[in-house]
Amino acid sequence: MESLTLITLSVITAATPLLFAATGELVTEKSGVLNLGVEGMMIMGAVTGFGVGVITGNPFVGVLAGTAAGAAMAGLFAFLTLGLLANQVATGLALTIFGIGLSALVGKGFVGVTVNAMQRIEIPILTDIPVLGPILFGQDPLVYFSFILLGATAFVIRKTRVGLILRAVGDNHDAAHAIGYSVVLVRSLAVLFGGACCGLAGAYLSLVYTPLWAENMTAGRGWIALALVVFATWRPGRLILGAYLFGGITILQLHAQGAGWGVPSQIMSMLPYIATIVVLVVISGDKAKIRLNAPAALGKIFHPAR
Amino acid sequence: MVTDNPNTDPAFTAPASAAPPSRAPGTPDLLTLTDIRKAFPAVVANDDVSLSIKSAEIHALLGENGAGKSTLVKMIYGVLQPDSGDMLWEGEPVHLTGPSDARKHGIGMVFQHFSLFEALTVAENIELALPSPGEGGPSRADLPDLIREVSRKYGLPLEPERVVHDLSVGERQRIEIVRCLLQEPKLLIMDEPTSVLTPQEAEQLFETLRRLSAEGCAILYISHKLQEIRDLCEVATVLRGGKVVAHCDPRTESTQSLARMMIGAAPKPPDRDGAKSLGPVRFEIRDLSQPALSAFGVALKNIDLKLHGGEIVGVAGVAGNGQNELMAALIGEVRGDRADAILIDDRPFGRIGPRRRRVAGACFVPEERMGHATAPDMSLAENSLLSASRRMKLARSGWIDSAKRDGFTTEVIEQFNVKTRGTAAEARSLSGGNLQKFAVGREIAQKPSILIVNQPTWGVDAGSAAAIQQALLALAADGAAVLAISQDLDELFAISDRIAVMADGRLSEAVETAKLTVEEIGLMMGGHLEQAEAARA
Amino acid sequence: MIRLQTRGEASRVMALTAPLIAVTLTVVTGAILFEALGKPAGPTLHAYFIQPLSTRFGLSELLVKATPLVLIGIGLSIGFRANVWNIGAEGQLTLGAITGGALALAFYEVDSPLLLPGMLIAGTLGGMAWAAIPAYLRIRFNANEILVSLMLTYVAGLFLSYLVSGPLRDPDGFNFPESRLFHDAATLPTLMQGLRAHWGAVIALFAVIAAWVFLSRTILGFQLKVLGDAPRAASFAGYREPRLVWFSLLLGGGLAGLAGVIEVSGAVGQLNPSISPGYGFTAIIVAFLGRLHPLGVLIGGLMMALTYIGGENAQIAIGLPVSVTGVFQGVLLFYVLACDLLIHYRIKIGRPVGVKA
Repeated sequence: MESLTLITLSVITAATPLLFAATGELVTEKSGVLNLGVEGMMIMGAVTGFGVGVITGNPFVGVLAGTAAGAAMAGLFAFLTLGLLANQVATGLALTIFGIGLSALVGKGFVGVTVNAMQRIEIPILTDIPVLGPILFGQDPLVYFSFILLGATAFVIRKTRVGLILRAVGDNHDAAHAIGYSVVLVRSLAVLFGGACCGLAGAYLSLVYTPLWAENMTAGRGWIALALVVFATWRPGRLILGAYLFGGITILQLHAQGAGWGVPSQIMSMLPYIATIVVLVVISGDKAKIRLNAPAALGKIFHPAR
Repeated sequence: MVTDNPNTDPAFTAPASAAPPSRAPGTPDLLTLTDIRKAFPAVVANDDVSLSIKSAEIHALLGENGAGKSTLVKMIYGVLQPDSGDMLWEGEPVHLTGPSDARKHGIGMVFQHFSLFEALTVAENIELALPSPGEGGPSRADLPDLIREVSRKYGLPLEPERVVHDLSVGERQRIEIVRCLLQEPKLLIMDEPTSVLTPQEAEQLFETLRRLSAEGCAILYISHKLQEIRDLCEVATVLRGGKVVAHCDPRTESTQSLARMMIGAAPKPPDRDGAKSLGPVRFEIRDLSQPALSAFGVALKNIDLKLHGGEIVGVAGVAGNGQNELMAALIGEVRGDRADAILIDDRPFGRIGPRRRRVAGACFVPEERMGHATAPDMSLAENSLLSASRRMKLARSGWIDSAKRDGFTTEVIEQFNVKTRGTAAEARSLSGGNLQKFAVGREIAQKPSILIVNQPTWGVDAGSAAAIQQALLALAADGAAVLAISQDLDELFAISDRIAVMADGRLSEAVETAKLTVEEIGLMMGGHLEQAEAARA
Repeated sequence: MIRLQTRGEASRVMALTAPLIAVTLTVVTGAILFEALGKPAGPTLHAYFIQPLSTRFGLSELLVKATPLVLIGIGLSIGFRANVWNIGAEGQLTLGAITGGALALAFYEVDSPLLLPGMLIAGTLGGMAWAAIPAYLRIRFNANEILVSLMLTYVAGLFLSYLVSGPLRDPDGFNFPESRLFHDAATLPTLMQGLRAHWGAVIALFAVIAAWVFLSRTILGFQLKVLGDAPRAASFAGYREPRLVWFSLLLGGGLAGLAGVIEVSGAVGQLNPSISPGYGFTAIIVAFLGRLHPLGVLIGGLMMALTYIGGENAQIAIGLPVSVTGVFQGVLLFYVLACDLLIHYRIKIGRPVGVKA
């Protein structure tokens, strides 16, 4: 019983950063922009969050700083792709390469340093309920926030005018322009939101999940988050399923390594990556579904010609 | 652009006055434009354009493709800003900052290429164009009822919950119109609205427009179709080469005189030989069916057609009834399971791709010249390789023969009078008419025994259009079988020996042009194939 | 107010100048970065960009680093032209190193002139096999090749790590995760006595020339360009997309695999987990820096190699962190992408002429 609770708790901590990053990327993609720089924005969020957390001693300030760093990276991406009309695929890759390099440079002094990790909220009595108590009522605040954020995102996209405009811009930017919406403004905001979420995801990794800073510590989670958006076929609700599935696989392989089943650790570590490929194959195979749900203008460059 | 139109006579003066008609003192016009000018890098689209529109008037803006109509209305709707000139709205100077600003003033617009969102519902599409509830717009909950009310009142049936990609072209246009009407506009701009409608649907639209005008709404009606302007409009402003060449009352003009104003010379129908002998069947479509290519596409259903050497068969129909799917199947971009669905000289080609179809004698010109018929960022010489490399042997065992490639390209450019700076010019640098002449010329220069062409003169100036039509007639006269898919009925009547109609993925029997009337074709275009065939029998 | 105006036609002058502007801006940014890190800009830039080029050793190292970058960059640039986004060259390089290296280790005692060519072929095939996975999954299941090829990079890295700490570990290596050193018969000969530059550089140069001829003279190269520029025109012409996607990925994977085996048999001399400092990713920058043209890739590869050597040199001479190299590379790619704008658009500053308010 005890270990089941522990495993569930660790699944949640593994899934939360994926959920944050995927929520952000989903909003970005809904606006018609494909930002492949998730990994780069996450790692900058991780190093900034950790650094500020160490310096101020306050993990919350660290999280805010990490979020801001992610947004700043996204701002760079928005300037290049929306302002200077650069290729989105290439710019996203550049953002990742740049982020990994810059974070290593900035984070040099923080390797091996410890930080005040974020405390779990422990609601007295309720946390004492066996198994479910710690899981439902004993999480760190960001876990709850990840659900609030996702719920709010889903609500805004489906039920509000802002969400309607977001979907419209992602569906047909020329039409949106023709009836008078600022495509660049809407997309810039969506990209910045996506970046902030990725920065938050990174800060969660370095301040809660590990909690320490190591070069390249995101280890492909940004790319998995990208795959999760496809997995969810651009519908927010299904992101939870995907994020927790991947969180589960990550923890499962860690425990399996610990249990010593005789499978080499490296082979077990491949699992999340292979699972990503399998999921992509299964979801993408249904071309009609992808075409129906994918934002029609995804990745296309907008320039109001005449 | 009309600058390359050989028929344009710059010295031509219109019989009607080129100055705006004098107006009654005291009542300011709804909209007055004075000396509006707009230039783009390659062209002056509007050059000192002046016109005025009164309340409740149906005002035609007449001109060929490229005359500057679209640019002008985009400025009236705030999408573009003029380089210079004045705009008065209800007597007051205005400077529109964007479409929402225009809508606030009471200007609505229905676009030629619809500004609709495929993945959204009818109601959502309409909501996007209305002010938010905070700015006095209707709430999301009230919208469906409002839509139903307006659509009942003006005879524009719509279901608010449907997603746009499931709707027909006519329904889509109704969304655009309802979207405008909900804002109670004082001026409604319609950009080539009938190009996507059957004659019957167009007549319905005219009814709606007349009712609107009776209620006091002015309509700026853009078209190059002369007859409908004579039927509908009280005032016409004629644009040619970005300049106003005439203001007139179209009801007192003949189609010939309107055409003269629009083109600068009376249109010359293509020359044709009276008697001709039909050759053997070169190309046959036999019971071709094909599922829709996308969620938004049309399925082809049991299509049969025989093309003889020496004849031109026209395929009429409203856009989006399966023409693009048919074209894809004929080119071989999409192939079914049955080899005998398509026969070239009695040999089965149903499962064989475009390159071997070309070797067998069939050449193709798809509708979209930029990006489909040609690669926009590649040179004309490279674009020659696209479709002519095998038939004209521009490459040998995988290696490009650049001398032959450039020679062939030069031949096309010279023979079809393509205005360009040379074989190295990028396709995108050519004007629409010149690129279309290249795309058609590249196929005709391969001396095909079968030519299949979709929208041969769409969006092309009159001079180029005439040249292309003449080339198609010449090709058929030399014995080739030609299939021309077009939404321009006048064109089909001018060049075709037989005409078939496409509606909802089906193709009617091809009937001799002389035995057909526009009304019959209109009925068939509306999907009443059997009814029309029965009426003729 | 700054506005962008579409050019009627791409500017040839700008196509050549834009990368130069990007490089200049990167150097300026670098100087500012060095000052910010408390290192004097002048000497640091000298240590970074000039010093490595002034010695025979430095030039030889430049060739060593440029070899894999150019080889992979050539393959990727051809794929990118066709809109095939193979981002997993790092994994394909790893697989090439594994298959080629495994052959060397399997015939450890054999001193045959056939071993080296065999390794090169095995490495190429290994890279191709790894690239075949995203190719198959894209064609058959519509799976995004960016994500698949990238995931496979992580898998390949873990696989290599498993091999060198397990089956292929050096039996006399005190449990270090690395293989035995290859014998002479499995080592690429060097070009000059005493320097590390090896015959791989010649192979890379050959690849550049071959790619140039391929893209400008053959129908297949033309087909790839059309597929990337105007996919619908490609289908109108009758080009078969699956075939072209297969070709692009196999070519990119094969060249990356070849680069991998060349790296282990030339520069490294054994299998270990750190055979590549991210060549597969840097080659993406190389491809864009070279504007997807073979000659450009050659120049871009040499420049990127310089950032690696310059980075190491500056670390030794001035104490600059090595991670500056990654920052530099990222910044350069940003500038390259931004400057591409100048090729297709004119920048207009100021209000449109003659507007009356």
